[in-house]
Amino acid sequence: MAEEVKLFGMWGSPFSRRIEIALKLKGVSYEYIEEDLQNKSPLLLKYNPVHKKVPVLLHNGKPIAESIVILEYIEETWKTNPIWPADPYERAIARFWAKFFDDKCGLAAWNACWAEEKEKEKAMEEASECLKTLEGELKDKKFFGGDKVGMVDIVAIFIAFWLRVLQEVVGADLLTPEKFPALFKWSEELVGCPIIKENLPPRDRLIILFRARLESSK
Amino acid sequence: MAKSDVKLLGAWSSPFVMRARIALNIKSVDYEYQEENWLVSKSELLLKSNPIHKKVPVLIHADNPMCESLIIVQYIDEVWSSGPSILPSDPYDRATARFWSAYIDDKWFPSMIAFFWGQEEDAKKAAIAQMEEGLVLLEEAFGKCSKGKAFFGGDRIGFLDIAFGCFLGSLRVTEKAGGIELLSETKTPSLSKWAERFSSDIAVKELISDTDKLAEFGKKLQAKMTANN
Repeated sequence: MAEEVKLFGMWGSPFSRRIEIALKLKGVSYEYIEEDLQNKSPLLLKYNPVHKKVPVLLHNGKPIAESIVILEYIEETWKTNPIWPADPYERAIARFWAKFFDDKCGLAAWNACWAEEKEKEKAMEEASECLKTLEGELKDKKFFGGDKVGMVDIVAIFIAFWLRVLQEVVGADLLTPEKFPALFKWSEELVGCPIIKENLPPRDRLIILFRARLESSK
Repeated sequence: MAKSDVKLLGAWSSPFVMRARIALNIKSVDYEYQEENWLVSKSELLLKSNPIHKKVPVLIHADNPMCESLIIVQYIDEVWSSGPSILPSDPYDRATARFWSAYIDDKWFPSMIAFFWGQEEDAKKAAIAQMEEGLVLLEEAFGKCSKGKAFFGGDRIGFLDIAFGCFLGSLRVTEKAGGIELLSETKTPSLSKWAERFSSDIAVKELISDTDKLAEFGKKLQAKMTANN
Protein backbone atom coordinates (compact mmCIF):
# COMPACT_ATOMS: atom_id res chain seq x y z
CA MET A 1 0.00 0.00 0.00
CA ALA A 2 1.43 3.37 -0.99
CA GLU A 3 2.25 5.37 2.06
CA GLU A 4 0.81 8.85 2.39
CA VAL A 5 2.55 11.20 4.76
CA LYS A 6 1.53 14.83 5.09
CA LEU A 7 2.76 17.48 7.46
CA PHE A 8 0.85 20.62 8.35
CA GLY A 9 3.42 23.13 9.50
CA MET A 10 4.56 26.71 9.60
CA TRP A 11 7.92 27.76 8.17
CA GLY A 12 9.04 29.68 11.24
CA SER A 13 7.83 27.29 13.92
CA PRO A 14 10.51 25.32 15.80
CA PHE A 15 7.88 22.68 16.67
CA SER A 16 7.02 22.22 13.02
CA ARG A 17 10.71 22.10 11.99
CA ARG A 18 11.38 19.38 14.61
CA ILE A 19 9.11 17.08 12.67
CA GLU A 20 10.60 17.96 9.30
CA ILE A 21 14.09 17.29 10.61
CA ALA A 22 13.04 13.92 12.05
CA LEU A 23 11.32 12.87 8.82
CA LYS A 24 14.31 13.97 6.72
CA LEU A 25 16.80 12.21 9.01
CA LYS A 26 14.82 9.02 8.48
CA GLY A 27 14.45 9.53 4.76
CA VAL A 28 10.65 9.64 4.89
CA SER A 29 8.93 11.33 1.93
CA TYR A 30 6.12 13.65 2.82
CA GLU A 31 3.93 16.37 1.46
CA TYR A 32 4.32 19.65 3.30
CA ILE A 33 1.38 21.97 3.77
CA GLU A 34 2.15 25.50 4.96
CA GLU A 35 -0.39 26.93 7.37
CA ASP A 36 -1.18 30.60 7.79
CA LEU A 37 -1.57 30.72 11.56
CA GLN A 38 -3.65 33.89 11.31
CA ASN A 39 -6.05 32.07 9.04
CA LYS A 40 -6.00 28.37 9.86
CA SER A 41 -7.23 25.97 7.23
CA PRO A 42 -10.39 23.90 7.74
CA LEU A 43 -8.24 20.79 7.38
CA LEU A 44 -5.96 21.80 10.26
CA LEU A 45 -8.95 22.53 12.46
CA LYS A 46 -10.42 19.17 11.50
CA TYR A 47 -7.23 17.24 12.23
CA ASN A 48 -6.35 19.05 15.46
CA PRO A 49 -9.65 20.21 16.92
CA VAL A 50 -8.37 20.15 20.52
CA HIS A 51 -5.37 22.47 20.14
CA LYS A 52 -5.81 23.87 16.61
CA LYS A 53 -2.02 24.06 16.23
CA VAL A 54 0.80 22.95 14.01
CA PRO A 55 2.51 20.59 13.56
CA VAL A 56 0.05 17.88 12.62
CA LEU A 57 1.26 14.72 10.92
CA LEU A 58 -1.16 12.85 8.72
CA HIS A 59 -0.20 9.24 8.05
CA ASN A 60 -2.47 7.34 5.69
CA GLY A 61 -5.28 9.70 6.61
CA LYS A 62 -4.81 9.45 10.38
CA PRO A 63 -3.84 12.68 12.18
CA ILE A 64 -1.35 12.98 15.04
CA ALA A 65 -0.81 16.21 16.97
CA GLU A 66 1.66 17.42 19.63
CA SER A 67 5.27 17.42 18.47
CA ILE A 68 6.71 15.01 21.07
CA VAL A 69 3.85 12.55 20.42
CA ILE A 70 4.58 12.86 16.69
CA LEU A 71 8.31 12.30 17.25
CA GLU A 72 7.61 9.12 19.22
CA TYR A 73 5.28 7.95 16.46
CA ILE A 74 7.84 8.65 13.75
CA GLU A 75 10.48 6.68 15.66
CA GLU A 76 8.16 3.70 16.10
CA THR A 77 6.91 3.70 12.51
CA TRP A 78 10.08 4.35 10.50
CA LYS A 79 12.92 2.35 11.98
CA THR A 80 15.88 3.70 9.90
CA ASN A 81 18.29 6.02 11.70
CA PRO A 82 16.92 5.79 15.22
CA ILE A 83 16.85 9.16 16.97
CA TRP A 84 15.77 7.84 20.35
CA PRO A 85 18.26 5.80 22.43
CA ALA A 86 17.76 2.03 22.26
CA ASP A 87 18.33 1.39 25.97
CA PRO A 88 15.14 1.91 28.06
CA TYR A 89 16.96 3.82 30.80
CA GLU A 90 18.70 6.13 28.36
CA ARG A 91 15.38 6.59 26.61
CA ALA A 92 13.76 7.56 29.91
CA ILE A 93 16.53 10.13 30.44
CA ALA A 94 16.11 11.48 26.90
CA ARG A 95 12.35 11.79 27.45
CA PHE A 96 13.06 13.62 30.70
CA TRP A 97 15.26 16.18 28.95
CA ALA A 98 12.81 16.63 26.08
CA LYS A 99 10.05 17.29 28.62
CA PHE A 100 12.25 19.60 30.69
CA PHE A 101 13.04 21.55 27.57
CA ASP A 102 9.42 21.89 26.49
CA ASP A 103 7.99 22.60 29.95
CA LYS A 104 10.65 25.04 31.06
CA CYS A 105 13.56 26.05 28.82
CA GLY A 106 12.02 27.00 25.53
CA LEU A 107 9.38 29.17 27.09
CA ALA A 108 11.79 30.72 29.61
CA ALA A 109 14.20 31.72 26.85
CA TRP A 110 11.39 33.08 24.66
CA ASN A 111 9.88 35.06 27.54
CA ALA A 112 13.24 36.44 28.60
CA CYS A 113 13.74 37.93 25.15
CA TRP A 114 10.29 39.50 24.98
CA ALA A 115 9.98 40.55 28.64
CA GLU A 116 9.09 44.11 29.49
CA GLU A 117 11.73 46.20 31.29
CA LYS A 118 10.38 45.61 34.78
CA GLU A 119 10.24 41.82 34.38
CA LYS A 120 13.37 41.51 32.26
CA GLU A 121 15.85 40.77 35.03
CA LYS A 122 13.80 37.99 36.60
CA ALA A 123 12.96 36.45 33.22
CA MET A 124 16.62 36.51 32.16
CA GLU A 125 17.61 34.86 35.44
CA GLU A 126 15.06 32.10 34.96
CA ALA A 127 16.19 31.50 31.40
CA SER A 128 19.84 31.48 32.45
CA GLU A 129 19.07 28.87 35.10
CA CYS A 130 17.55 26.65 32.42
CA LEU A 131 20.53 27.10 30.12
CA LYS A 132 22.84 26.36 33.02
CA THR A 133 21.00 23.09 33.61
CA LEU A 134 21.28 22.18 29.94
CA GLU A 135 24.96 23.11 29.96
CA GLY A 136 25.43 20.72 32.90
CA GLU A 137 23.71 17.89 31.07
CA LEU A 138 25.65 18.44 27.87
CA LYS A 139 29.04 18.49 29.69
CA ASP A 140 31.67 17.40 27.17
CA LYS A 141 29.37 15.56 24.77
CA LYS A 142 29.16 16.74 21.19
CA PHE A 143 25.37 16.40 21.18
CA PHE A 144 22.79 15.60 23.84
CA GLY A 145 22.42 12.34 21.93
CA GLY A 146 26.15 11.60 22.27
CA ASP A 147 28.18 11.46 19.07
CA LYS A 148 25.11 11.60 16.91
CA VAL A 149 22.18 14.01 16.80
CA GLY A 150 19.31 12.58 18.82
CA MET A 151 15.84 13.45 20.00
CA VAL A 152 16.90 15.91 22.67
CA ASP A 153 19.03 17.85 20.18
CA ILE A 154 16.09 18.06 17.80
CA VAL A 155 13.75 19.20 20.58
CA ALA A 156 16.23 21.76 21.91
CA ILE A 157 17.08 23.17 18.50
CA PHE A 158 15.11 26.30 19.37
CA ILE A 159 18.06 27.29 21.55
CA ALA A 160 20.61 26.47 18.88
CA PHE A 161 18.99 28.49 16.11
CA TRP A 162 15.89 30.51 16.95
CA LEU A 163 17.18 31.89 20.24
CA ARG A 164 20.43 33.03 18.70
CA VAL A 165 18.55 34.96 16.00
CA LEU A 166 16.02 36.33 18.48
CA GLN A 167 18.54 37.52 21.04
CA GLU A 168 20.31 39.47 18.32
CA VAL A 169 17.10 41.17 17.25
CA VAL A 170 15.98 42.15 20.75
CA GLY A 171 19.48 42.80 22.08
CA ALA A 172 19.61 40.16 24.79
CA ASP A 173 22.75 38.20 25.55
CA LEU A 174 21.36 34.97 26.88
CA LEU A 175 23.40 32.32 25.06
CA THR A 176 27.00 33.45 24.74
CA PRO A 177 30.22 31.43 24.47
CA GLU A 178 31.44 33.05 27.68
CA LYS A 179 28.38 32.17 29.73
CA PHE A 180 27.64 28.73 28.29
CA PRO A 181 30.64 27.45 26.34
CA ALA A 182 29.43 23.86 25.87
CA LEU A 183 25.93 24.90 24.84
CA PHE A 184 27.26 27.55 22.47
CA LYS A 185 29.60 25.07 20.80
CA TRP A 186 26.74 22.56 20.57
CA SER A 187 24.56 25.14 18.87
CA GLU A 188 27.21 25.72 16.20
CA GLU A 189 27.71 21.98 15.65
CA LEU A 190 24.00 21.29 15.46
CA VAL A 191 23.04 23.95 12.96
CA GLY A 192 26.07 23.00 10.91
CA CYS A 193 24.91 19.40 10.43
CA PRO A 194 24.03 18.72 6.79
CA ILE A 195 20.39 17.63 7.06
CA ILE A 196 19.65 20.01 9.92
CA LYS A 197 20.90 23.18 8.24
CA GLU A 198 18.83 22.54 5.12
CA ASN A 199 15.71 22.30 7.23
CA LEU A 200 15.96 25.43 9.30
CA PRO A 201 14.02 28.58 8.43
CA PRO A 202 15.90 31.17 6.35
CA ARG A 203 17.72 33.35 8.87
CA ASP A 204 16.86 36.69 7.26
CA ARG A 205 13.19 35.77 6.99
CA LEU A 206 13.16 34.92 10.69
CA ILE A 207 14.85 38.24 11.49
CA ILE A 208 12.09 40.08 9.61
CA LEU A 209 9.46 38.12 11.55
CA PHE A 210 11.04 38.91 14.92
CA ARG A 211 11.67 42.55 14.02
CA ALA A 212 8.03 42.99 13.05
CA ARG A 213 6.95 41.57 16.38
CA LEU A 214 9.39 43.86 18.19
CA GLU A 215 8.04 46.90 16.38
CA SER A 216 4.44 46.03 17.09
CA SER A 217 5.18 45.58 20.79
CA LYS A 218 6.51 49.14 21.13
CA MET B 1 13.89 -9.21 40.35
CA ALA B 2 15.30 -8.68 43.85
CA LYS B 3 13.15 -6.35 45.93
CA SER B 4 16.01 -3.96 46.60
CA ASP B 5 16.66 -3.54 42.87
CA VAL B 6 13.54 -1.43 42.48
CA LYS B 7 12.75 1.46 44.77
CA LEU B 8 10.01 4.04 44.46
CA LEU B 9 10.06 7.36 46.28
CA GLY B 10 6.50 8.51 46.66
CA ALA B 11 3.76 10.20 48.63
CA TRP B 12 0.37 8.65 49.45
CA SER B 13 -1.51 11.74 48.37
CA SER B 14 0.12 12.13 44.97
CA PRO B 15 -1.80 11.05 41.87
CA PHE B 16 1.51 11.05 39.97
CA VAL B 17 3.01 8.52 42.37
CA MET B 18 -0.14 6.44 41.98
CA ARG B 19 0.58 6.16 38.27
CA ALA B 20 3.95 4.56 38.92
CA ARG B 21 2.53 2.21 41.56
CA ILE B 22 -0.30 1.04 39.30
CA ALA B 23 2.23 0.28 36.56
CA LEU B 24 4.44 -1.68 38.97
CA ASN B 25 1.37 -3.57 40.18
CA ILE B 26 0.30 -4.45 36.64
CA LYS B 27 3.72 -5.95 36.03
CA SER B 28 3.81 -7.64 39.47
CA VAL B 29 7.14 -6.00 40.25
CA ASP B 30 8.45 -6.39 43.78
CA TYR B 31 9.64 -3.00 44.93
CA GLU B 32 10.65 -1.07 47.99
CA TYR B 33 8.43 1.91 48.66
CA GLN B 34 9.71 4.96 50.52
CA GLU B 35 7.09 7.43 51.67
CA GLU B 36 8.27 11.02 51.43
CA ASN B 37 6.76 13.39 53.93
CA TRP B 38 7.48 16.18 51.51
CA LEU B 39 5.34 18.84 53.19
CA VAL B 40 7.69 18.61 56.12
CA SER B 41 11.00 17.75 54.52
CA LYS B 42 12.47 15.96 51.52
CA SER B 43 14.87 13.06 51.96
CA GLU B 44 18.51 13.20 50.89
CA LEU B 45 17.82 10.44 48.42
CA LEU B 46 14.98 12.38 46.81
CA LEU B 47 17.04 15.55 46.48
CA LYS B 48 19.94 13.58 45.06
CA SER B 49 17.81 11.53 42.65
CA ASN B 50 15.73 14.40 41.34
CA PRO B 51 17.87 17.50 41.82
CA ILE B 52 16.09 19.51 39.13
CA HIS B 53 12.46 19.16 40.24
CA LYS B 54 12.88 17.68 43.76
CA LYS B 55 9.54 15.89 43.35
CA VAL B 56 7.99 12.45 43.63
CA PRO B 57 7.63 9.97 42.07
CA VAL B 58 11.22 8.87 41.55
CA LEU B 59 11.90 5.34 40.40
CA ILE B 60 15.33 3.96 41.18
CA HIS B 61 16.11 0.77 39.27
CA ALA B 62 19.50 -0.86 39.85
CA ASP B 63 20.71 2.49 41.22
CA ASN B 64 19.49 4.36 38.13
CA PRO B 65 17.09 7.14 39.13
CA MET B 66 14.39 8.51 36.86
CA CYS B 67 11.49 10.89 37.29
CA GLU B 68 8.31 12.25 35.69
CA SER B 69 5.40 9.88 36.21
CA LEU B 70 4.50 9.08 32.60
CA ILE B 71 8.16 8.60 31.69
CA ILE B 72 8.41 6.16 34.61
CA VAL B 73 5.30 4.30 33.44
CA GLN B 74 6.73 3.96 29.92
CA TYR B 75 10.02 2.73 31.34
CA ILE B 76 8.23 0.12 33.45
CA ASP B 77 6.30 -1.01 30.37
CA GLU B 78 9.47 -1.33 28.30
CA VAL B 79 11.63 -3.08 30.89
CA TRP B 80 9.12 -5.58 32.29
CA SER B 81 8.03 -6.58 28.82
CA SER B 82 6.88 -10.07 29.77
CA GLY B 83 4.06 -8.65 31.89
CA PRO B 84 0.76 -7.32 30.47
CA SER B 85 1.37 -4.37 28.12
CA ILE B 86 0.56 -0.90 29.38
CA LEU B 87 0.90 1.03 26.13
CA PRO B 88 -1.13 -0.24 23.15
CA SER B 89 0.79 -2.27 20.57
CA ASP B 90 -0.28 -0.28 17.52
CA PRO B 91 1.80 2.90 16.98
CA TYR B 92 -1.25 5.02 16.14
CA ASP B 93 -3.09 3.86 19.26
CA ARG B 94 0.06 4.63 21.24
CA ALA B 95 0.13 8.12 19.77
CA THR B 96 -3.54 8.59 20.73
CA ALA B 97 -2.87 7.44 24.31
CA ARG B 98 0.14 9.76 24.56
CA PHE B 99 -1.80 12.67 23.07
CA TRP B 100 -4.62 12.43 25.62
CA SER B 101 -2.19 11.88 28.49
CA ALA B 102 -0.37 15.05 27.48
CA TYR B 103 -3.71 16.87 27.27
CA ILE B 104 -4.59 15.72 30.78
CA ASP B 105 -1.27 16.87 32.23
CA ASP B 106 -0.89 20.09 30.24
CA LYS B 107 -4.47 21.33 30.10
CA TRP B 108 -6.99 19.42 32.21
CA PHE B 109 -5.12 18.94 35.48
CA PRO B 110 -3.94 22.58 35.58
CA SER B 111 -7.59 23.68 35.64
CA MET B 112 -8.13 21.46 38.68
CA ILE B 113 -5.10 23.13 40.26
CA ALA B 114 -6.53 26.54 39.34
CA PHE B 115 -9.73 25.62 41.17
CA PHE B 116 -7.79 24.36 44.20
CA TRP B 117 -5.74 27.52 44.55
CA GLY B 118 -8.30 29.97 43.17
CA GLN B 119 -9.10 32.79 45.53
CA GLU B 120 -12.05 34.42 43.79
CA GLU B 121 -15.38 32.95 42.74
CA ASP B 122 -14.88 33.95 39.09
CA ALA B 123 -11.54 32.19 38.85
CA LYS B 124 -12.97 29.08 40.48
CA LYS B 125 -15.99 29.09 38.15
CA ALA B 126 -13.77 29.44 35.09
CA ALA B 127 -11.61 26.54 36.30
CA ILE B 128 -14.66 24.33 36.75
CA ALA B 129 -15.94 25.23 33.30
CA GLN B 130 -12.58 24.23 31.83
CA MET B 131 -12.61 20.94 33.70
CA GLU B 132 -16.11 20.22 32.43
CA GLU B 133 -15.09 20.99 28.86
CA GLY B 134 -12.15 18.64 29.24
CA LEU B 135 -14.36 15.87 30.58
CA VAL B 136 -16.60 16.15 27.52
CA LEU B 137 -13.53 15.65 25.33
CA LEU B 138 -12.34 12.74 27.44
CA GLU B 139 -15.79 11.11 27.34
CA GLU B 140 -15.57 11.24 23.55
CA ALA B 141 -11.98 9.98 23.61
CA PHE B 142 -13.06 7.07 25.76
CA GLY B 143 -15.56 6.01 23.11
CA LYS B 144 -12.88 6.05 20.41
CA CYS B 145 -10.06 4.46 22.43
CA SER B 146 -11.98 1.74 24.24
CA LYS B 147 -13.68 0.53 21.04
CA GLY B 148 -16.56 -0.78 23.10
CA LYS B 149 -14.41 -2.38 25.79
CA ALA B 150 -14.06 -1.68 29.50
CA PHE B 151 -11.03 0.63 29.55
CA PHE B 152 -9.25 3.24 27.44
CA GLY B 153 -6.69 0.47 26.95
CA GLY B 154 -9.29 -2.12 25.90
CA ASP B 155 -9.91 -5.21 28.00
CA ARG B 156 -7.26 -4.23 30.51
CA ILE B 157 -6.07 -1.01 32.12
CA GLY B 158 -3.59 0.81 29.93
CA PHE B 159 -1.53 3.98 29.72
CA LEU B 160 -4.38 6.44 29.37
CA ASP B 161 -6.45 4.73 32.07
CA ILE B 162 -3.50 5.19 34.43
CA ALA B 163 -2.82 8.77 33.28
CA PHE B 164 -6.39 9.85 33.93
CA GLY B 165 -7.57 7.42 36.61
CA CYS B 166 -5.00 8.63 39.14
CA PHE B 167 -6.98 11.89 39.38
CA LEU B 168 -10.28 10.29 40.41
CA GLY B 169 -9.55 10.92 44.10
CA SER B 170 -8.75 14.60 43.50
CA LEU B 171 -11.81 14.81 41.28
CA ARG B 172 -14.04 13.64 44.13
CA VAL B 173 -12.41 16.15 46.49
CA THR B 174 -13.03 18.89 43.92
CA GLU B 175 -16.67 17.87 43.54
CA LYS B 176 -17.20 18.00 47.30
CA ALA B 177 -15.38 21.32 47.67
CA GLY B 178 -17.26 22.92 44.80
CA GLY B 179 -20.62 21.30 45.57
CA ILE B 180 -20.74 20.12 41.97
CA GLU B 181 -20.91 16.92 39.99
CA LEU B 182 -18.16 16.58 37.42
CA LEU B 183 -18.31 12.88 36.64
CA SER B 184 -21.94 11.81 36.45
CA GLU B 185 -24.16 9.28 34.78
CA THR B 186 -25.97 12.02 32.91
CA LYS B 187 -23.05 14.22 31.84
CA THR B 188 -20.32 11.61 31.41
CA PRO B 189 -21.99 8.20 31.37
CA SER B 190 -19.07 6.23 29.93
CA LEU B 191 -16.47 7.86 32.18
CA SER B 192 -18.72 7.37 35.19
CA LYS B 193 -18.90 3.63 34.66
CA TRP B 194 -15.23 3.48 33.70
CA ALA B 195 -14.29 5.22 36.95
CA GLU B 196 -15.95 2.48 38.96
CA ARG B 197 -14.26 -0.27 36.97
CA PHE B 198 -10.90 1.48 37.22
CA SER B 199 -11.14 2.01 40.97
CA SER B 200 -12.00 -1.65 41.59
CA ASP B 201 -9.26 -3.03 39.36
CA ILE B 202 -6.84 -5.27 41.21
CA ALA B 203 -3.84 -3.13 40.27
CA VAL B 204 -5.54 0.02 41.55
CA LYS B 205 -7.85 -0.60 44.47
CA GLU B 206 -5.28 -0.85 47.27
CA LEU B 207 -3.95 2.57 46.19
CA ILE B 208 -7.23 4.48 46.38
CA SER B 209 -7.19 7.06 49.17
CA ASP B 210 -10.19 7.97 51.24
CA THR B 211 -11.75 11.18 49.85
CA ASP B 212 -11.98 12.86 53.26
CA LYS B 213 -8.36 12.01 54.04
CA LEU B 214 -7.34 13.56 50.71
CA ALA B 215 -9.48 16.63 51.34
CA GLU B 216 -7.87 17.09 54.72
CA PHE B 217 -4.43 16.83 53.18
CA GLY B 218 -5.47 19.44 50.63
CA LYS B 219 -6.42 21.81 53.44
CA LYS B 220 -3.06 21.25 55.12
CA LEU B 221 -1.33 22.04 51.83
CA GLN B 222 -3.36 25.22 51.34
CA ALA B 223 -2.64 26.30 54.92
CA LYS B 224 1.07 25.71 54.55
CA MET B 225 1.34 27.61 51.26
CA THR B 226 -0.67 30.49 52.67
CA ALA B 227 1.58 30.57 55.73
CA ASN B 228 4.63 30.68 53.48
CA ASN B 229 3.24 33.69 51.59
